[in-house]
Amino acid sequence: MPGKTHVQTIINGEHIDFLCEPRQSLLECLRDVIGLTGSKEGCNDGNCGACTVVFDGRIVTSCLVLGVEAEGKEITTIEGIADGNTLHPVQQAYLENAALQCGICTPGFIVSSKALLDQNPTPTEHEIRYWLANNLCRCTGYDKIVRAVQDAAVKMQEA
Amino acid sequence: MAAPDSERDTVPATTEFDVVGTSPIRHDGADKVTGRAVFGPDFQSAGLLHGKMLRSPHAHARIKSIDTAKAKAAPGVYAVVTANDLPSNGGDRLVDLGIGPIRVEFLRNNILAREKVLYKGHAVAGVAAISAHAAEEALALIDVEYEALPSVMTISEAMKPDAPLLYDNLKTSGLGEASDKPSNVASRLRLSLGDAGNGFEDADVIVEREFDTSAVHQGYIEPHNCTALWNTDGRLHIWASTQGAFGARTAVAWILDLPVSQVKVTPLEIGGGFGGKTALYLDPVAALLSKQTGQPVKMVMTRQEVFEGTGPTPGSHIKVKIGATQEGAITAAQASLAYEAGGFPGSLVTIPAMSVFVAYDIPNVTIDGFDVLTNKPKTEPYRAPGATNAAFAVESVVDDIADRLGIDPIEFRLRNAAKEGTPRAESPPHALIGGVEVLEAMKHHPHYTTPLEGPNRGRGVAVGFSGSIGFHSSCTITVNADGTAALVEGSSDLSGSRTTVAMQAAEVLGIPAEDVHPSVGDTDSVGFTFLTGGSRTTFATGWAAYEAAQDVARQMIARAALIWDVNADALKLEHGVFMSTADPELRMTFKELADQIEATGETVLGRGSVNPSGAGGSFIGDIVDVEVDPETGKVDILRFTAVQDVGKAVHPGQVEGQIQGGTTQGIGWALNEEYFMTDDGRMANPTLLDYRMPTSLDLPMIDAVIVEVPNPAHPFGVRGVGEASIVPPAGAIANAIHNAVGARVGELPMKPTTVAKAIWDKSNE
Repeated sequence: MPGKTHVQTIINGEHIDFLCEPRQSLLECLRDVIGLTGSKEGCNDGNCGACTVVFDGRIVTSCLVLGVEAEGKEITTIEGIADGNTLHPVQQAYLENAALQCGICTPGFIVSSKALLDQNPTPTEHEIRYWLANNLCRCTGYDKIVRAVQDAAVKMQEA
Repeated sequence: MAAPDSERDTVPATTEFDVVGTSPIRHDGADKVTGRAVFGPDFQSAGLLHGKMLRSPHAHARIKSIDTAKAKAAPGVYAVVTANDLPSNGGDRLVDLGIGPIRVEFLRNNILAREKVLYKGHAVAGVAAISAHAAEEALALIDVEYEALPSVMTISEAMKPDAPLLYDNLKTSGLGEASDKPSNVASRLRLSLGDAGNGFEDADVIVEREFDTSAVHQGYIEPHNCTALWNTDGRLHIWASTQGAFGARTAVAWILDLPVSQVKVTPLEIGGGFGGKTALYLDPVAALLSKQTGQPVKMVMTRQEVFEGTGPTPGSHIKVKIGATQEGAITAAQASLAYEAGGFPGSLVTIPAMSVFVAYDIPNVTIDGFDVLTNKPKTEPYRAPGATNAAFAVESVVDDIADRLGIDPIEFRLRNAAKEGTPRAESPPHALIGGVEVLEAMKHHPHYTTPLEGPNRGRGVAVGFSGSIGFHSSCTITVNADGTAALVEGSSDLSGSRTTVAMQAAEVLGIPAEDVHPSVGDTDSVGFTFLTGGSRTTFATGWAAYEAAQDVARQMIARAALIWDVNADALKLEHGVFMSTADPELRMTFKELADQIEATGETVLGRGSVNPSGAGGSFIGDIVDVEVDPETGKVDILRFTAVQDVGKAVHPGQVEGQIQGGTTQGIGWALNEEYFMTDDGRMANPTLLDYRMPTSLDLPMIDAVIVEVPNPAHPFGVRGVGEASIVPPAGAIANAIHNAVGARVGELPMKPTTVAKAIWDKSNE
């Protein structure tokens, strides 16, 4: 059994230390070591986007990042999107627009959608579709997801 | 069975509802947008071990020996099981997971191969270890000696008289007798109506064509998973991602030769199913591993295992012949449907055989069906099982006929649309359906009335019909002192159905949807409920909730009568207020009465248990505009409109979502998705990069148009909604491609190379 590495990170604003094997992905560390199971594994090869997190300001599929690479990094997961008991406008918009069905892809979509609006507050429909193309949803056909992001963009502009 | 329709309170079409027909935020929404919802793979338990499967590298081989000794001795490994650990009793019992009876022996042999492996990815052994990595490493230490056998990968190969056989002793059943010789055709069937031969004699135009469609996967984003604990008291507890906890309970019990009561299945949140999570793969193996170790064992598949080891839906070879008069009346139709079963019998070809022509009123029909074994994973249902393949063929031929007769394709379909009372081959005639209403809505939709301009662009239409099912559903409701209600129902919630079920109870009780708190019960805490599938949950479990709420209303009326000291016959509940028809002074809100329940008598606990027939089915039509690149054959979807008769939309937002989601799955099936098999029986594209499901960038907005022709057999007019939307897209897109470039494509997927070849062939005619 290979030895474990001590990794120090900031996750959702908290200093979090964890031990991981060199072969463990960040996704595995988040889910199985730290207990943040909101990020989902759909493919483990970077194609479904269900494990998307913000990693030092960039969105990444956490299944393609090693746990040891998180040393000194700042990470936001789906668990860190809401402000306490107040949902982020993106989360609220997904609910109000019925933009989820089974919900397994939803955490990844919400992390990606928020990252888009943080960077581009008024995206066009094409920009939304382009940005979200690394997140697969098998239930919705994306229509209501795109509308939820558009709705959230408007609400965030008004706020 | 349920009480006859005449004894039910059926609400007329014009009724306005308070809750039904609104789109409240779903009850599980907050958990699902914050990452708190516990899906199967999220489940944790003290002492949890992790299980992995060893799978066959061969598409077809005899297992000569399995040596697990080295794996068992590896560090961190707790147990290794093979088919020898499964019981052999009761293999001939038939178990129903919701898609018809299956022999327990076949389920056992699919879960862990015995004697032969029948597809690449067929499970051979299971390992439990301290971590998933340790289990995975131990797999490499299991020595399996195989004798490779020739494999059959396509329907046409499998049906040849000298084809290699998957089963040495399996003879074709059906049509009253077994075949003389063993065969890869597990069964065949014929359905007929009138006399097709005579019908074709009356036709002025006859079109006959053949079609091939590839196997496609249901593609849920959450891989199959389960956790099992075989407890010291002998009871087995399974935490599952399943479409049907009760079916899973029976199947696990019978596979392991246990009494059903010894197994408890707790359905966790499920990340998609679409028919594919009716089947069982891991649960009995996790159970055996737990029995040997005394610890809970979790198993989660990889994406590659999902593709290679779980049911895709059948590929098919289809022949369709349709004849019509000069005036545009279809006189006869004939179909031959050969569907892939994969490694075990059961392609469900009966379902498309029953549905292939039912969107139309055709007096003379013959349908032949063949269930064909190939060396691929056992195929499983996928949303309106088999209907997409069949509709692709039928809608292509119908379009060709309309084209040759010079009749508008919607007009041609209107002239032949099935209606209430239209006979069907070996099924009861149609109940009230909205076929004509859907086609009229298509004809007048701005999409259809706006001309399409530009080179290489074309418009296509297609229709489809999907039958729904009823069967058992159960529900209980407890009234809380604060005027809310707790509802427990038995249907796994794949897409928000706990809300559409709760809304039907809220409607009866006259309280807001938010005041009914629904949860999906485990098999020990709610009555038997059939699987979530067949578009049945909002119809049947919603009806159980309606009955449970009626029971609550009766008990609360009795309590109001006691409190007011009047006869209960004079009291009623309307819009959440208990009142007397005799004395206008006597009024009490639901909340006010709920507050007095505890002080005045026993708890109010309502129950609903139904087994309704009359689910009927749903009619849908698509209009699609495409642009075809004539050089590469790539097809872009420019605009898509789907019009569906949903009976009564309980939650219009979620109904639109069902239409948009099924349509998108149909688009993927039409244009990109396929099991790309190598000659040696390997799937060459078992990743979500190469198995190309639609992304947001591939699609326009999907305009979902709701038509409501209430189902007379449901209290609120509800029809099954979920499945129909996957049926017509492939046909509609094929027709649009023809309209754009003049070429007819007879294969799915209509990927660039296939379309380019069709264009090339057309230009060389």
